[in-house]
Amino acid sequence: MASRHQLGEPVVVVAGVEKSFGSFKVLKDVGLIVRRGETVCIIGPSGSGKSTLLRCINGLVPISKGSITVAGREVNDPRLDKLSLRRDVGIVFQQYNLFPHKSALQNVMMAPIHVLKQDKAEVEERARRLLAKVGLSDKLASYPGELSGGQQQRVAIARSLAMNPKVMLFDEVTAALDPETKKEVLVTIQDLAAEGMTCILVTHEMGFAREVADHVYFTDGGLIVEHGPPAELFGAPREERTKAFLDKVL
Amino acid sequence: MSAGATDLPVLLPYRAPAPIAPSGLAAPVLLGGGTFAAFAILFGASLALAQVTARPAGEGATTVLLRWAPLIFQGFLFNILISFLSMALGTLIGVLVGIAQVSLVAPLRKTAWGLTQFFRNAPWLVLLFYAMFLLPFEFRVFGLTIAFPAWVKAIIGLALPVAANVSEIVRGGVRSIPSGQWESAEALAFTRRQTMWMIILPQAFKRMIPPWMNLYAILTMATTLISVVGIQDGLTITRAALVAESRPELMIPMYTLLLLMFFAYCYPIARATMALERRFNVKA
Ligand SMILES: Nc1ncnc2c1ncn2[C@@H]1O[C@H](COP(=O)(O)OP(=O)(O)O)[C@@H](O)[C@H]1O
Ligand SMILES: [Mg+2]
Repeated sequence: MASRHQLGEPVVVVAGVEKSFGSFKVLKDVGLIVRRGETVCIIGPSGSGKSTLLRCINGLVPISKGSITVAGREVNDPRLDKLSLRRDVGIVFQQYNLFPHKSALQNVMMAPIHVLKQDKAEVEERARRLLAKVGLSDKLASYPGELSGGQQQRVAIARSLAMNPKVMLFDEVTAALDPETKKEVLVTIQDLAAEGMTCILVTHEMGFAREVADHVYFTDGGLIVEHGPPAELFGAPREERTKAFLDKVL
Repeated sequence: MSAGATDLPVLLPYRAPAPIAPSGLAAPVLLGGGTFAAFAILFGASLALAQVTARPAGEGATTVLLRWAPLIFQGFLFNILISFLSMALGTLIGVLVGIAQVSLVAPLRKTAWGLTQFFRNAPWLVLLFYAMFLLPFEFRVFGLTIAFPAWVKAIIGLALPVAANVSEIVRGGVRSIPSGQWESAEALAFTRRQTMWMIILPQAFKRMIPPWMNLYAILTMATTLISVVGIQDGLTITRAALVAESRPELMIPMYTLLLLMFFAYCYPIARATMALERRFNVKA
């Protein structure tokens, strides 16, 4: 994948980040760099703080220590304009979290219209294009309750893309899906990555990570244990903990 | 549901997020029909008894009843009017207080919570007395004198507990929406206010309707409390009729007539509430 496009300047820089919930330290000194156009996968046992890290990157969860910058902006600067940050960072959750009282098309259109105050006709045009891109042209008027998990997840991806983000975060977006629908979502993400979208994905799909990632981070107990290109990390892990984890999941 | 609705409602805990389990469709219908039949039999029997035991000189019991029935019905309609207006006022205030109850601003949230708890756990009749005797009978605003008749005060008095209960219904409804909805709205840069009005409340609305209708039925029955503070409602007129006729044997038919009116009005609401709960339950 890396060879297919040129990697640009750093978009997300996480340095020395710590995060505690009460006395419980979820992240202990986490650092990573994601460049423009790069696809980074984060793997690791559950409870190791992967979701928390993603939520810190778009400012849903404040960090306790360290620094996170997105496109040069310090995420935890109290003066930061949250709107401009969230415009730049899209996030897709495991549980889709679509708005159930709105159709697929409305789900995609809502934020650009009400948050970015963009022209409705223009937004609708873009929303239709995005839904077509994720293969849901025929489901524009469907409500989330009428869609399969995979279809809902693709609407959620289109909804995030409608904000024209600079980087997309995916938090185990296929974990709740059955094998068949998993595939359609993974293909959607793969297409995005191939088009040059900067992606950070937390995933348990090792085969997919290996195929799509430019760089893989392995986390355990709130630390980055090891990172490197997928061929190295999967092929010849240096750390015992990485080996043990890969033995268990592969 | 219909049994719970006739108990003193203010002390009952709020139970909206757990709608009743879908029961057999036929049972509530039969139950309602049975209750109605029981009322009707009671009414018929007491009327017949009154007819038979009437002193020879007097009019027939049915004649007296028919003579009074339109007036009692008018009084009953006044109860309904009061119930509409109290419900409207109480809902308006209750929605605002309920939203304040889930505010991020702690003083606002705590004040709203305190008010809600206070008015939810106070006897309706006492609140009504408070409103009747503490509110002035007229207001002066910019040299303008606005009269504040008793029935307006009664509406305010009844709206207080309604508002507190609506506040709880709103809070419960908002709380019942999964946190993922808040999270994804926040990630899309919606403000908290936008999230509340465009994403959370529209979803919570559906779940708030059944308890809100239930509250309305309770309120309608509670409107007879205003007869205690001297307003000419259905109950006052019924009592006046009994005093005017001074025929004790008419007591049961007359009161039953009034009961029938309330039952005929409130029971369909209770039925509709149950039907809605069932439908939302299946959908959710
Ligand atoms: N809001 C929170 N409050 C308290 N503890 C939390 C919160 N969010 C996550 N945690 C805890 O932090 C740890 C890491 O969670 P998470 O980031 O979801 O891990 P992962 O996504 O790797 O499975 C877990 O033990 C979880 O219980
Ligand atoms: Mg997680």
